[in-house]
Amino acid sequence: MIGQSTVLAAAFPPSVEDFYLPSILPWGAHDSYWFTKITVLVWVAVAAIIIFFLVSYRKPQLVPTKKQWIAESLYGFVRNNIAVDMIGPQGVRFAPYLTSLFLFILVNNFFGIVPLIQISPMSHIAFPAVLAVISYVMFIWVGIKKHGIAYFKHAVMPNAPAGILPLLIPIEIFSNFLVRPFSLAVRLFANMFAGHMLLLVFTLGGFAMINANVLLAPISVLSWVLTIAITFLEFMVICLQAYVFTVLTASYVQGSLADEH
Amino acid sequence: MIDFYLAAEGAPEHNPIVPVWQEIVVGTVAFAVLCFVLMKFVFPMMEKTFAARVDAIEGGIKRAEAAQAEANELLEQYRTQLAEARTEAARIRDEARADAEGIRQDVLAKAREESDRIIAAGNEQLAAQRESIVRELRSEVGTLAVDLASKIVGEALADEARTRGTVERFIADLDTAGRR
Repeated sequence: MIGQSTVLAAAFPPSVEDFYLPSILPWGAHDSYWFTKITVLVWVAVAAIIIFFLVSYRKPQLVPTKKQWIAESLYGFVRNNIAVDMIGPQGVRFAPYLTSLFLFILVNNFFGIVPLIQISPMSHIAFPAVLAVISYVMFIWVGIKKHGIAYFKHAVMPNAPAGILPLLIPIEIFSNFLVRPFSLAVRLFANMFAGHMLLLVFTLGGFAMINANVLLAPISVLSWVLTIAITFLEFMVICLQAYVFTVLTASYVQGSLADEH
Repeated sequence: MIDFYLAAEGAPEHNPIVPVWQEIVVGTVAFAVLCFVLMKFVFPMMEKTFAARVDAIEGGIKRAEAAQAEANELLEQYRTQLAEARTEAARIRDEARADAEGIRQDVLAKAREESDRIIAAGNEQLAAQRESIVRELRSEVGTLAVDLASKIVGEALADEARTRGTVERFIADLDTAGRR
């Protein structure tokens, strides 16, 4: 315990490097990224989701079993409360992708607060970036398919007096085609990054204080209690961010499908 | 201080907003696998189940409506048949009544005819008998009167032909006197 706390306390304050753990295969390497805790967690998340859905939906019944009901509720939630609500009746065809997206983010985020794992792959920008690029390509693709090349015109030209257009068009281009993928990726990444950082600060801070002076032990305990409290806060952030990413993707798709405004 | 630890661990320095390309590959492939499996094998099944559920409920309602409609139709049919049967029964009753009346009239007429016939026959017979009686009486009265007169006079009348003529005259007088 003392040895461990010394090791942990030595790493205080936590730094960016705490997010880049040594790789598993080859063991302990610092410049290999194919087989790390992070990538293993991604695969575990994918496997867990697939297995859960395949098992619970192996024999679908009209009157669902409990597992089937949970699986249906997850899909039904994204389908009805995100896809159909945001996009309208034609949103149903986007529901499968949006649900996959939602579940992928949710489960990966969730690793951030699972005891002994406590780091989310989404705190590495590569994963949110991939998802954001897919969303970006998707909403542009959907727009072109629906409106042809005119999509770009009505995506950047708001219904405004001609005089103000020179000002609005650059803003629209900037916000619709430059900022969107970054804001999507960075929002998710930063939330998970900050969540992990917060947990690190409070956990390691407790060790740092108790190591510095035994009299600070009560404050260390307070720090650890706060870690637990922050874990609950993180749970909220995890669900919220998964929801926000999915809703924003749906909203971009809706914007692309919308008729001239 | 960070630099110190980094140097100590001998690790390359990371920038958190520069993605690691290996992780991009892993993320893309993992997410693609997830999307492929869920979108190909799971969610279409769910949509099918949802549709089947909606169908089961709506189908049930539709079937119930059909059954209701059929029941209504049958009821209507039965009512029509019942009404027809009633009309038919009433018609048969009326006919029977009319028939009965007709038969009664017939019977009455026949009876009346029969009685008339019997009465007429009786009358005729009576008349005939009366006629024969009158005839017999006339001859007998003549004989009796002659016998009586001969007894009274005390002598047989010699000329029978004369006597007959007298008697005849006498009876004709009686007849005319009677008619008067």
